[in-house]
Amino acid sequence: MIEFKINKKLHGSNGLMDLDIYLKVKEGEFLALSGKSGAGKTTLLRVLAGLEEASGDIKVDGKIWLDSKKSLAVQKREIGFVFQDYALFENMSVEKNLLFVKDDKELASKLLGITELSELKNRLPNTLSGGQKQRVSLCRALMNRPKLLLMDEPLSALDTNMRTKLQQEILTLHKEFKTTTIMVSHDPSEIYRLASRVLVLENGKITDDGTPKEVLLKTSGSQKFSFEGELLEIKKVDVIYIAIIAIGQQLVEVVISADEARSLKVGNKVRVSTKAFNPSITQ
Amino acid sequence: MNYEPFILSFKLASLTAFILFIIGLPLAWYLSQTESKLKPFIESLTALPIVLPPSVLGFYILWALSANSPIGSFFQEYFGVKLVFSFTGLVVASSFYSLPFMVQPLQNGFESINKNMLEASYIAGKSKLQTIFLVALPNMKQSLITAIVITFAHTVGEFGVVLMVGGSIPGETKVASVAIYEMVEIMDYSAAHIYSAVMVGISFLVLLSVYIFNAKQNRKFGL
Repeated sequence: MIEFKINKKLHGSNGLMDLDIYLKVKEGEFLALSGKSGAGKTTLLRVLAGLEEASGDIKVDGKIWLDSKKSLAVQKREIGFVFQDYALFENMSVEKNLLFVKDDKELASKLLGITELSELKNRLPNTLSGGQKQRVSLCRALMNRPKLLLMDEPLSALDTNMRTKLQQEILTLHKEFKTTTIMVSHDPSEIYRLASRVLVLENGKITDDGTPKEVLLKTSGSQKFSFEGELLEIKKVDVIYIAIIAIGQQLVEVVISADEARSLKVGNKVRVSTKAFNPSITQ
Repeated sequence: MNYEPFILSFKLASLTAFILFIIGLPLAWYLSQTESKLKPFIESLTALPIVLPPSVLGFYILWALSANSPIGSFFQEYFGVKLVFSFTGLVVASSFYSLPFMVQPLQNGFESINKNMLEASYIAGKSKLQTIFLVALPNMKQSLITAIVITFAHTVGEFGVVLMVGGSIPGETKVASVAIYEMVEIMDYSAAHIYSAVMVGISFLVLLSVYIFNAKQNRKFGL
């Protein structure tokens, strides 16, 4: 059980803001932190790790990490941390990166086995691909069998296929090591797949807290389905107008009326929904 | 040919590089990590020997180390060491004079290291000292070699400060650069030619080895 109350003044995207968060996280929970950049997600992780100072209290399994009198040094918190840019030790081989955390060859070879890196254990980090580097970084973070695993957008620099593969590995490792995990992520599908609970941060405050289903599924009312996207362009073709909308990684064309064409602005966030027919899904 | 001035030069340069590494390493680390408002002041002080005329530096060091000053008389009284016109004095003077050549490359090296890599080491439970020696320094070998070699080479090449603080006592303070100056003064051009050529040759070889090392490192890390 992790319980914390954190307060810190930050220079956010809209000037000075207050990071002000109270939270209880159950053991074994997989928590996703979502929200716009500059909302304070990374800072929250860094405060939990002990890499940044803040006022407040942090209690982990009854042990005090932070209160008004003391702050436990980052070296003594025994957490795992996965950086967005991997931050591997460039001078050490893959295996040495893991053993640097703890000299436990058995655990290192087990982790490298799970992530299919055994063959690469003597390679230097700069000879690996992005996906391989992030796997090493994930293994390294688990070498001290951390109670708390923190991940700062761990997969954002990877392509979609690699993401899906690594998401599965993260989930496997999370279950295998029974860690409590807090992950910053912007990707709804990733959050849905991995997290048991989602927090949305806005300007340093929690604005939404629930299961991924409750927080992420935007369909409400009577629509059969609905997508959020960005309006890229409105084209006039003969007598009709066609809106080009980016939904996730896909571009779609939607026929709109002249009235709609006038009221919509390129660059706006729009919602595409329908309720008049039954969609069929094929693969 | 009398090799003594060269041996003296290299002895002085090795000692200076060694002392400055010990002083410069923590200073460079501090400067690379601090966000203190004092940083530009300390940086300016450290860089002063680059811009000051050697005579100014020499004059102050002479004044500070002489038997009439508190520092000079302290060393004279308690350690029986004379700091001016002695080899010890030369080491002290060189350590001031060459300080920026040690600190600046090391500071640049430390600053070039990904901060997350250092933090990952702290998270792995390693202290700052362990992080510096096991993570930071091995990842900035070029800066490390540059700092040590350039400090060494720069100390071999110094003249003004050495002359002012050390004079020209054979076997004690008469280093190669001072010896050449004297040869020219007494118009012994053939000896000056030989000494100068040796200096050029050695300096070139030292610099060449640094550049070759750096090029190899670049290839190794695919930069």
